[in-house]
Amino acid sequence: MNYIGIDIGSTCAKLAVLDEEGRTVLQSVQPTGWSSVDVAKSIKEKLLSAGICIEKSRCVATGYGRISVPYAEKTVTEITCHARGAVWIHEMRDGAVIDIGGQDTKIIRLEDGRVKDFLMNDKCSAGTGRFLEVMAATMGLGPDEICELARQGGDTTISSMCTVFAESEVISLIGRGEKKENIAFAVVESIVDKVVSQSSRLHVEDEEVCLTGGLCECAYLKETLSKKLRCQVKADSNGRFAGAIGAALMGMKGR
Amino acid sequence: MEIIKELPEVFEEFAEQRKNSFLAVKKLKDQGVPVVGAYCTYFPQEIAMAAGAATVGLCSTSDETIPVAEKDLPKNLCPLIKSSYGFAKTDKCPFFYFSDVVVGETTCDGKKKMYEYMAEFKDVFIMELPNTQSEEALKLWKSEILRFKEYLEEKFQVEITDEKLKEAVKLQNAYRTSLKGLYEVMKHDPAPITGYDLFKVLYGSTFKFDKGAIPGEIDALVEKIKKEYAQGKMQEKKPRILLTGCPVGGATEKVIRAVEENGGIVVAFENCTGAKSIDRLVEEEAADLYDAIARRYLQIGCSVMTPDASRLELLGRLLEEYQADGVVEMTLQACHTYNVESLSIRRFVNGKKKIPYISVETDYSQQDIGQLNTRIAAFIEML
Ligand code: SF4
Ligand code: SF4
Repeated sequence: MNYIGIDIGSTCAKLAVLDEEGRTVLQSVQPTGWSSVDVAKSIKEKLLSAGICIEKSRCVATGYGRISVPYAEKTVTEITCHARGAVWIHEMRDGAVIDIGGQDTKIIRLEDGRVKDFLMNDKCSAGTGRFLEVMAATMGLGPDEICELARQGGDTTISSMCTVFAESEVISLIGRGEKKENIAFAVVESIVDKVVSQSSRLHVEDEEVCLTGGLCECAYLKETLSKKLRCQVKADSNGRFAGAIGAALMGMKGR
Repeated sequence: MEIIKELPEVFEEFAEQRKNSFLAVKKLKDQGVPVVGAYCTYFPQEIAMAAGAATVGLCSTSDETIPVAEKDLPKNLCPLIKSSYGFAKTDKCPFFYFSDVVVGETTCDGKKKMYEYMAEFKDVFIMELPNTQSEEALKLWKSEILRFKEYLEEKFQVEITDEKLKEAVKLQNAYRTSLKGLYEVMKHDPAPITGYDLFKVLYGSTFKFDKGAIPGEIDALVEKIKKEYAQGKMQEKKPRILLTGCPVGGATEKVIRAVEENGGIVVAFENCTGAKSIDRLVEEEAADLYDAIARRYLQIGCSVMTPDASRLELLGRLLEEYQADGVVEMTLQACHTYNVESLSIRRFVNGKKKIPYISVETDYSQQDIGQLNTRIAAFIEML
């Protein structure tokens, strides 16, 4: 029996398949695109071509498009799934999970491996992957590039939290001839500051913290976050699959 | 005094349901019964009832008239205030339209300033509600209640005698007792009915004019629920949620649905649709009924009071009596008093009562249903 976890986020759809022993059988990520129904279909094809029989597996869907997966037996929210996935990836029981997603940021407090409390920012894109993407695009860079460039910069700030205003600030910084790395630095600072201020509402300080979601491979972002939270933020290349892995584990638990 | 009997000019444009509500109030008006409209749980119903008037709640709960309201009022104002003002201004609410006087209290800042504009096109009577619950405050509140009594006597050319007042007190107490009997069925675990069904009855009762008939109807309903429960008709066992915060109704019923469609059940309403407005009785045998009425109402625990110990008292009591597994607080956008108070509610619920708590901020639109579902579902998964 296989356990299929599907996490349809606002930007990317992630798939994780585990076997009975909890070993990874398959992982994949693709853009969500316009329709979560279409992406669910394409994931189904992917499973079939990998020889994974959906009927003989347990499939759990999560993420904002979780209701668009007709072949899932169950839906579970991304909060619960991210927490479970992070617990599994990092073998942690207590602490906090910070998930910087495409359109929202979630801060989850764990206690004994379970969700104890959480906060979700989904009303505005400050402090999310979208913010980084928009700013990177304005500067003609990719999200990963802007992160790495930021490491060499300093001394510049963006004061607007709103993506639209921040974008025009970036444009005027470019116009003023500010160095690219300094602008990149300001962008990353802005995201991290926003995430840190959200975290402080759940009192995430001096704790075990792990980062999940699409940005967890940006080393510089992770380092900045560690510095500002005064702790060693953990991240893993599996981090972007935390939600999907968590969903697969939910299927295993409910066996 | 001439009481309002004509239908509004826009009447023909309304859908069937709204037309029917207009006609229902018109019938009452044709019988010569004056109507007093109110916006708040602090409104001392008994005084208006003793004056022979029907009372009705006017808080509006749909975003239909918000754009009209925003011509006069700021955008970042609580939707309840904007919607209410909008309905008033457009003659679209039958209850407002047929109210001979509208009573407002000096509760939150947005509401009391809105009344100033409402008074430009309607008779508005403002009662000065203190923002503390001290003995001094009680004196002021009692004198306001007496001033309101004199106002009604003058306006409707009636005398509010002690007998009439006592009768009104008894009627209103019986009304409260029956509704309390209804919501108390939710003490059972598993619950006999859904929170949404309970809510519909509680909310619906506030729009019934024949107050005297309510206890009979509700008691019969309670009997039926109890009998069926004994025969095994009940809800599944689910995480039990207490709902607190701003008033719920109309557009914000989405919060009740989000709880109940995601695996939970609302077993208690601490807000103005539920226990906050029903919980306490007026002392019927008091020597001074005005004093008893003033005390009963001033004790209501709403975030417009500082400090707001009564709210914590009621909340604590409900949490125990209804064995709540979690607390969901709904606040409306730009409602400062409830939004600020949510921290002390969280501290009380998490810290003192050791029960999980979540607050969700929303408005009268339906755009955030997805987010509401995710938040509330995750909260319920966590219990
Ligand atoms: S929430 Fe407070 S101000 Fe609003 S109706 Fe209830 S008692 Fe009145
Ligand atoms: S919900 Fe808050 S802001 Fe709105 S009317 Fe009630 S107390 Fe005032």
